[in-house]
Amino acid sequence: MSGPLLRVEGVTKYFGGFTALAGVSLDIAQGERFGLIGPNGSGKTTLINCISGSLRNDGGSIAFDGKEISGLPAYRRTRLGIARSFQIPRPFGSMSVLENLQVPLEYVVHRGALHTADTRGEAMQILETMGLADKAATPANGLTQVQLRKLELARAMASRPRLLISDEAMAGLSSSEVEEVIAILGRLNDTGIAIIMIEHIMRAVMRFSQRVICLDAGNIICEGPPEAIVKDSMVQKAYLGA
Amino acid sequence: MIPRNARFWTGAAAVIVLAVIVSLSRANEYFFFAGFVVLQSVVLATAWNILGGYAGYVNFGTAAFFGIGAYMAVVVINATGAPLAVQILAGAAVSGLLGLGTGLLTMRLRGIFFSIATVAIIFIAETLITNWRYVGGATGIQLLRPPLMEPFGSYTRMLFVVMAVLAVIAVSIARYIETSWIGRGLQAIRDTEEAAECSGVPTLKLKLFACTVSGALMGAAGAPLPMYLSFLEPASSFSLNYSVAALAGAIIGGTSHWLGPVIGAILLASVQQIVTVTIPGEINVLVVGVLLVVFVVAAPDGVLGLLRKLRGKLRRPRAPAESPS
Repeated sequence: MSGPLLRVEGVTKYFGGFTALAGVSLDIAQGERFGLIGPNGSGKTTLINCISGSLRNDGGSIAFDGKEISGLPAYRRTRLGIARSFQIPRPFGSMSVLENLQVPLEYVVHRGALHTADTRGEAMQILETMGLADKAATPANGLTQVQLRKLELARAMASRPRLLISDEAMAGLSSSEVEEVIAILGRLNDTGIAIIMIEHIMRAVMRFSQRVICLDAGNIICEGPPEAIVKDSMVQKAYLGA
Repeated sequence: MIPRNARFWTGAAAVIVLAVIVSLSRANEYFFFAGFVVLQSVVLATAWNILGGYAGYVNFGTAAFFGIGAYMAVVVINATGAPLAVQILAGAAVSGLLGLGTGLLTMRLRGIFFSIATVAIIFIAETLITNWRYVGGATGIQLLRPPLMEPFGSYTRMLFVVMAVLAVIAVSIARYIETSWIGRGLQAIRDTEEAAECSGVPTLKLKLFACTVSGALMGAAGAPLPMYLSFLEPASSFSLNYSVAALAGAIIGGTSHWLGPVIGAILLASVQQIVTVTIPGEINVLVVGVLLVVFVVAAPDGVLGLLRKLRGKLRRPRAPAESPS
């Protein structure tokens, strides 16, 4: 496959009279590390909700691996290989950490062939790479913030995605915890997974990303390598209002 | 140790065999009259729990599915005179379809809005039946019981065994759903629907499945009612009491495990039966309300939750109990 993994073209989204996305276009290559920044309310989460299927875009097209997906429900997109974490962690609170991962393993990876699959073993392996192995039996609503963020990523990983969208996985974490999450995302990227990182912590985005897009009021105002983005006057204006 | 499955099926077979033996004994006729009601509430609470407990969609429409099941039996009797098994299948099929239809119409609603919509279904169903002369309309319909089937000594005794079989079937289905991938998907929906969908769970399909199965089992529970009473009329067949009792049975017993609704329904219906024969008036309805409030406040995880806590205290040093399956 030579085309982009994800192609977003002219995507619009309106909430009543409010324009959340005013024709956003972007391409993401296989295995790319991509940063999405922008001030609060600029449309970052709306964009990834449209990509992951939690929202339907009103106009434009979204193609994954060359296939139009904007009409598909979210679960079908997950099965195609798009996984996401949520900004505010949404664990399956009544399940154990391990069982949280069994959901995507049963519904995506081993769908239709559960008898031959060892979903517990696989879930355990993923938890080990995330440093959550000792929490496997803990109820998910008994986790700390940083553990919840890791669980979000672990659950997204369990669906064996080709594109992982990490929605502010680091907000509110201490700097050593931020390092930990960056390291995890880096290791996932090493296995060939393209990653869209949405983040307010500039240090993290700039270090992690190969390419960054800045959204403001539903428009892409700047695109380029991280060094260029921080110097861009439009970006500085959007963030600082100067 | 005997595997869980073998234990379950042995238990299920034992319940049916026991029901048959008791029905052939010289036990007082009233026992079967009351036992039928208790078993019926086991089916209803178990059916309710598939949608309300596993998926977290609180359904107040039990009476509609139950009543439609009962009236489908009347339609079958009037039209063909087919035997009870056919009546039950017809009741289950139509109530299952009603469940699917309800799901299609209401499943975009969440939480309290879904619950309100299910109440409306009762009134729609009751109004339709009240205005349908073929099944007796508002005045009701008198039905003649068919001749007795060997070896049962009375019709009530036979219905008691039939309801025991239905209860075992309902519980088996609920248990299968709970312990399979379907149950995990429903649990994910209950916890957080958006994350479930993004984890690959086809939430709408699973909810429609739960609606259909739940509705079908409620319809099956209603189908023997006309023969049990030999008379059927809309107001009592679509009584909101069925809705409340089904929900209360599941919540009192505990919604996370198939055993919960069984324990809750047996407890609740037995107490109600005892109160009905000992205290005149409508106190038995009050019992449901009071028990429900007490449990919601003091033991939100129901009898099962209490038992689990107790077991945890007895063997304290152990790690938290494995999730039941």
